[in-house]
Amino acid sequence: MKKRSPAVLSFSIVIVLYIIFEVLLKTGNLSSLMISLLIPVCCYMTAAIGLNLNVGISGELNLGQAGFMSIGAFTGICVSGVLASVTGNGVVRLVIAILCGMVIAALFGILIGIPTLKLSGDYLAIVTLAFGEIIKSLVTNMYLGFDVSGLHFSFVQNNVTLEPGGKMLLNGAMGATSTEKIASFTAGAVLVLISLAVVYNLMDSKSGRAIMAARDNRIAASSIGINVTGVKMLAFVTSAALAGAAGALYGLNFSTLVPSKFDFNLSIMILVYVVLGGLGNMTGTIIATTLLVVLPQVLRSLSEYRMLIYAVVLIAIMLITNNEKLKTDFAKTKLVERFRLRRDKGGAGHGE
Amino acid sequence: MENNKAPVLEVTGLGIDFGGLTAVDNFSLSVYPGEIRGLIGPNGAGKTTVFNMLTKVYEPSRGSIIFDGKDTSKMDVVAMNRAGIARTFQNIRLFSKMTVLDNVKAGMNGRITYGNVAAILRLPGFRKQEKEIKESSMELLKIFGLEESAGLMAGNLPYGAQRRLEMARAMATDPKLLLLDEPAAGMNPQETEELMDMVRSIRDRFGIAILLIEHDMQLVMGICERITVLNYGMILSEGTPSEIQNDPQVIKAYLGD
Repeated sequence: MKKRSPAVLSFSIVIVLYIIFEVLLKTGNLSSLMISLLIPVCCYMTAAIGLNLNVGISGELNLGQAGFMSIGAFTGICVSGVLASVTGNGVVRLVIAILCGMVIAALFGILIGIPTLKLSGDYLAIVTLAFGEIIKSLVTNMYLGFDVSGLHFSFVQNNVTLEPGGKMLLNGAMGATSTEKIASFTAGAVLVLISLAVVYNLMDSKSGRAIMAARDNRIAASSIGINVTGVKMLAFVTSAALAGAAGALYGLNFSTLVPSKFDFNLSIMILVYVVLGGLGNMTGTIIATTLLVVLPQVLRSLSEYRMLIYAVVLIAIMLITNNEKLKTDFAKTKLVERFRLRRDKGGAGHGE
Repeated sequence: MENNKAPVLEVTGLGIDFGGLTAVDNFSLSVYPGEIRGLIGPNGAGKTTVFNMLTKVYEPSRGSIIFDGKDTSKMDVVAMNRAGIARTFQNIRLFSKMTVLDNVKAGMNGRITYGNVAAILRLPGFRKQEKEIKESSMELLKIFGLEESAGLMAGNLPYGAQRRLEMARAMATDPKLLLLDEPAAGMNPQETEELMDMVRSIRDRFGIAILLIEHDMQLVMGICERITVLNYGMILSEGTPSEIQNDPQVIKAYLGD
């Protein structure tokens, strides 16, 4: 129906990719390396879809997506670890862990959004950049254990003593160790589909129009009764929540996970998926994520030339796609228009 | 004043200072329902500043704005629109990367009651309201002669159409008072003629009051029932078009000594 075709295209691509890889996996035609990438790709995709809502649709630069993934990951690991004593059912624990990761990441999103989204400019980018680093340091210094008498928490090493049978959930710089791997590729694909549905349906609604209106012209948006801060907050918090969900799935895919995994590089990597796929273009995000995760692995045989080729391919894609379509996508954000806005800052036109 | 209805907008002693500079001072104005009122004055007289104060883009330093019988001193830009003041801008401010239809739909956000969860789950309430919003948006676009362009990006419209879309978007918020900031700027005489008909027909159709800033004297004298003249941030004169045209002070302000 009407302009729903990009959504249909995105869903089809994800479902087709899922079926292809699931068949390859079941028939034993995937290398162990590729198998190890299946779930992370789904996580990056989910985080990138969320980030595209924030950067592409809402036009606010966010450099801390890894921080929200980190919150989701370690929340998910702890929740799953605690639930292990209640239920052995991995699917139930996974779903609850993902929901908890989502909620906690969203809460942090609200905390960051309140002071920064009232302002126009680069404030959100600066604060989220710092936020990612703070979360990394914070988790690196957290010790959390769980035993029959409950949870034990400390910021000091060796300060957590557990009863026999107890387990350390977070162990400082070593992060989470001996996590039970309950994530699955199917869960990853479902998560990607759900985040696509959330973002597409939100975009094609009252809130989506308000988010885009606030991006295109802040003053005009408020003049027609749109609460600019509120709608920017909605996009930012949804983005954070999706990153949290992605993080929880990611965390439950590894038996050990160090906090330094979620660093600035990861935030930038997810931003690259978004920018390369096209700002505001969810289908592009999916394709770019898949290509850019697979590419370095395919190029592995080139050993030291690998990253060189990777860089060349990135530049080539940028040049090839530097057509009118991409330029309009770019202009959709304030990244470019910010300079123009600065010049006619005088609000609704100086009196004349 | 000229009728016994209560004014929709009653401004008393409005003023604003930017640092040490007083841009507008002692500005008073009453606009009645169904009235088309003109606000004119030489460049830099403070006309747009008055609009920015009426919509709370600028917070007035002095004076009161009573709108629709309510004191607005605590209201912000969003609240002023919800109360019933809509505006267009001197330098067009459309949502240029959204379609023409979505620009108008965005103006109707205030009357949509479904929540985000209903939107994400595509509940029946969402579908019903979206259908209604689309119908009323198309109706508005038709009034402004834009129904053919509904699917185009607003930024790709020709200039005159962009001005009309801005008016359509303002009308989508269902205002009681419409502020038009130089609606005829950059238009040729024929387009100006069409615009005058359009402004009149909007007033008749929706029964709203219109306050407009304009330099095109043919337009101002043609459609405004009363005119307020502003000079150096102060009211210089007020009256019917013929009174204004014959006011020696106004002639002096426009033409010099």
